[in-house]
Amino acid sequence: MRITRRKYLATMAGTAAAVLSPAVLAKEVELSLYYPVAVGGPITKIIDGYAAAFEKENPGIKVRAIYAGTYQDTLVKSLTAFKSGEPPNIAVLLSTDMFTLIDEGAVDPFDDLVKSDADKAWLKSFYPAFMENSQTGGKTWGIPFQRSTIVMYWNKDAFKQAGLDPEKAPDNWDELVAFGRKLTKREGNATTQWGVQIPSTGFPYWLFQGLTTANNVRLMNQAGTETYFDKPEVIEALQFWVDLSRKYEIHPPGAVEWGTTPKDFFERKTAIMWTTTGNLTNVRKNAPFPFGVAMLPGHKGRGSPTGGGNFYFFRKMTPEQRAAAFKFVKWMTTPERAADWGIATGYVAVRPDAWETPAMKKYVADFPAAEVARDQLKFAVAELSTHDNQRVTKALNDGIQAALNGTKTPTQAMKDAQQESARILRPYR
Amino acid sequence: MNALRSRRSFVAALETGGAWLLAALWILPLLYAFWAAVHPSAYSASFVLDAPLTLDNFVRAWKAAPFARYFLNTFLLVTMILGVQFVLCTLAAYAFSRYAFLGHRLAFVLVLLQLMIMPDVLVVENYRTMSALGIVDTIPAIGLPYMASAFGIFLLRQTFKTVPRELDEAARVEGAGPIQILLKVYVPLAKPVYIAYGLVSVSYHWNNFLWPLIITNSVSTRPLTVGLQIFASSDQGIDWSVITAATLMTAAPLLIAFLLFQRQFVQSFMRAGIR
Amino acid sequence: MTLARDTLNENREEARPSSRRVPSAATGRMRRPAHVRRWDVHIHGWLLLLPAAVLLATFTHFPAVATVIDSFFSTPKGPRHSVFVGLDNYQAMISDPIFWRSLDNNLVYALSTIPLTIALAMTMALAVNRKLAGRGFMRMSFFTPTVMPMIAVANIWLFFYSPGYGLLDRLLALFGIPAHNWLGSEQTALACLIAVAVWKDAGFFMIFYLAALQQMPPQLAEAAAIEGASRWYFFRRVTFPLLMPTTLFVLINAIINSFRLVDHVIVMTRGGPNNTTSLLLFYIYEVGFKFWDTAYAASLTVVLLVLLAVLAVGQFTFFDRRIHYQ
Repeated sequence: MRITRRKYLATMAGTAAAVLSPAVLAKEVELSLYYPVAVGGPITKIIDGYAAAFEKENPGIKVRAIYAGTYQDTLVKSLTAFKSGEPPNIAVLLSTDMFTLIDEGAVDPFDDLVKSDADKAWLKSFYPAFMENSQTGGKTWGIPFQRSTIVMYWNKDAFKQAGLDPEKAPDNWDELVAFGRKLTKREGNATTQWGVQIPSTGFPYWLFQGLTTANNVRLMNQAGTETYFDKPEVIEALQFWVDLSRKYEIHPPGAVEWGTTPKDFFERKTAIMWTTTGNLTNVRKNAPFPFGVAMLPGHKGRGSPTGGGNFYFFRKMTPEQRAAAFKFVKWMTTPERAADWGIATGYVAVRPDAWETPAMKKYVADFPAAEVARDQLKFAVAELSTHDNQRVTKALNDGIQAALNGTKTPTQAMKDAQQESARILRPYR
Repeated sequence: MNALRSRRSFVAALETGGAWLLAALWILPLLYAFWAAVHPSAYSASFVLDAPLTLDNFVRAWKAAPFARYFLNTFLLVTMILGVQFVLCTLAAYAFSRYAFLGHRLAFVLVLLQLMIMPDVLVVENYRTMSALGIVDTIPAIGLPYMASAFGIFLLRQTFKTVPRELDEAARVEGAGPIQILLKVYVPLAKPVYIAYGLVSVSYHWNNFLWPLIITNSVSTRPLTVGLQIFASSDQGIDWSVITAATLMTAAPLLIAFLLFQRQFVQSFMRAGIR
Repeated sequence: MTLARDTLNENREEARPSSRRVPSAATGRMRRPAHVRRWDVHIHGWLLLLPAAVLLATFTHFPAVATVIDSFFSTPKGPRHSVFVGLDNYQAMISDPIFWRSLDNNLVYALSTIPLTIALAMTMALAVNRKLAGRGFMRMSFFTPTVMPMIAVANIWLFFYSPGYGLLDRLLALFGIPAHNWLGSEQTALACLIAVAVWKDAGFFMIFYLAALQQMPPQLAEAAAIEGASRWYFFRRVTFPLLMPTTLFVLINAIINSFRLVDHVIVMTRGGPNNTTSLLLFYIYEVGFKFWDTAYAASLTVVLLVLLAVLAVGQFTFFDRRIHYQ
């Protein structure tokens, strides 16, 4: 009822506008953009700045950015808004939510917009590793933007104090354990500094992929209909994570909070932390000691999952809005902008030619750590993403947390997670 | 006798000490938050007595998110709910206390049902209703489920029942209609109950979170609690000093009001006969 | 809910006079002014009730019924429409370990927060009610947490529980107890949430006890003192029984809170680690608004509604017998 009425009104308004003056219609296109950062973080300023610059260059298009908190919060908000009939036009959401968004019928692919040769070249300009989570069934559903990988940050002072070479990070699992043992400081039965900290709240599955990838195993198929949580290599990887805290005692026990991990690093509670490259600028600004950035340590292989967010186009846009939105997304991903964004935040500039821009070259020369994430892309794999993604990842997350807490053995935890995920995915086979 | 007295005073001292300890323990988390909020973030976790004091965290928090707008939203929300609650509950309570209308007992039981089945539990269905009405992400949508309050109706009904019939009759003889009687006789007599109920309602809705979280999407409707949560949760790492500053800021108006009017709060509760 | 109990009694008492009143309306017409005729009572009554009734029906009764109905249907998704599935959702629930975990957690949570909160509230009220030095400060410190939003409280406590440099670990370090990952450990996470809830609510309930204590006639205590009764004896035999109606009221509110409030779960743990802090309403929120399985969320809500109903009935029958009014 309501929708028909709204449609009716929209048609009426549209006709009236068209009759009165076609210019009116072309003049005001407003785009809403849901963005996953905490309101007021430094990133909001950057996005607001881009939006303003874009509006200036493209009069007649307004971009209204709405900051909705974490990725989780933003997804919930976007889908809630979609279900209530007023979805955002553009949203930056986890690349892994692609299947969920498709299944809900909430987003449209980009392909019909990509017509000119320039557009086709643009679509090919991104790192292939980032496109893995952006395309399925021959269509492109997401455009990489706020993308990241996991990297290892280390405290050079702590390394020096422990008698280690402050310029050399652990390169493989064995070194991680050996270094970690030296870096862990105890006073009586209290640990004052841990060797390494890998957070396990928020998205434990993502950090876990940093371990499984090094163990040469993938967690799901490309179609997002099958998972391999109970493969021996996966269990081995989880066993290693558990061993870090239980056997070697160089990693805090239990589930480690994602949000406070950088703070723990600044407070010298841990000498090494694993977290997103998106924290690079934060760490650079707040770490009270010299630090280094390195690729994740390898084992049988090496690598990290990609992570972070893509641009999605929600349904129910008018053709004018779609055209404007497409323009905006292209504008946001030019080599210059991608470079600027990477420099400002620490997220990985999403296309190779961004690294060739003068600004980026200068930045990298001053701050070589920034290159690590790019170089690691060679070894990057797609982040865990399946149909009914929220539930499947929850099954894996629960299993990881159970194992880290010692309530289940890694084998049991992964068997249970696989069983649950198989149950959830059955309808999609 | 002396021994008994000294034993008693010893026990009394012990009790006083215990009470003091409990009170200190209770205020500790707040003092801690206060410490983090007024010091630079480098000191948020280390207690150095000569750490520099600063209001910078509050300034940063205030500038970082549209807290002024959130305050306005919460203020509008709370006033709107309270206003409508007063009107609806007064009318309904009047009906229950002075009209033996058909089905009034069943109706009353149905009203009281809401004391157990609160809107907070029915979020999934209420969300659907709001979206069918097309009012998702509006301030009235946050308030609507709470406006007819069983607690308010019950409280006022109890009070209205204690109003002597003679006053009612006297007004009637003077030719006042039912609504006039309600306004001239009942409402003034129930003033302490209105105050007590108002305080409870304001603090409840100032602090309410889950439903507003679900039903709001934008800065122009978000109340403080939701704004604070979105401010505090971040995938890019947490700065405790700013977050505690924002936290104290959002709680401050209510906190100050209650500290100033503590006595009135307790007394109006006593007078309202909520025991 | 001295509330609801009172009402039942009153309804019982009222049943007679009011049923008498209707037939006697004809004879009583003489005394009533002209505008109150027989029908007017019904019409005016309903008109006065109408606005509240409409809202209550729309946002309490209708959704409660709709929840039950929805629980027998499947969730519409994309192109797939909602179809009748009978008891499928309930079957899924029975084999859903997270549901059982949440229910279990919720019971543990309720059974620990409620007695703790009530005992502390009573202790606080007794402490503040006496003429102790600094009782103004004491009352303030007990009461302040209750006027803060749960969201704010949870954020503060999140910091408080930070392993290593949080206040809790720092205090414990003074006694040589090593740092502990309070919210990240399955053994302690739920207890941490319980502590937050108790901290926040005890002061609120204290107010009700305080109000009751201040209404108790001082002669009772004087008489007891003359008789040489010990304070503990006096509390056990006089104060505590006299506080019983207040306890009942507080109890009902505490029970409702333990099923209604999940703000701190959302802020502090999001149900983790491994669902050890997932409460029923939090799970409903997660299923309803993260997984978008609204039908399953409806069946979970039905469980919560049934639980609340059973508790309500239980309270009436149990306490009706136990409590002596003043």
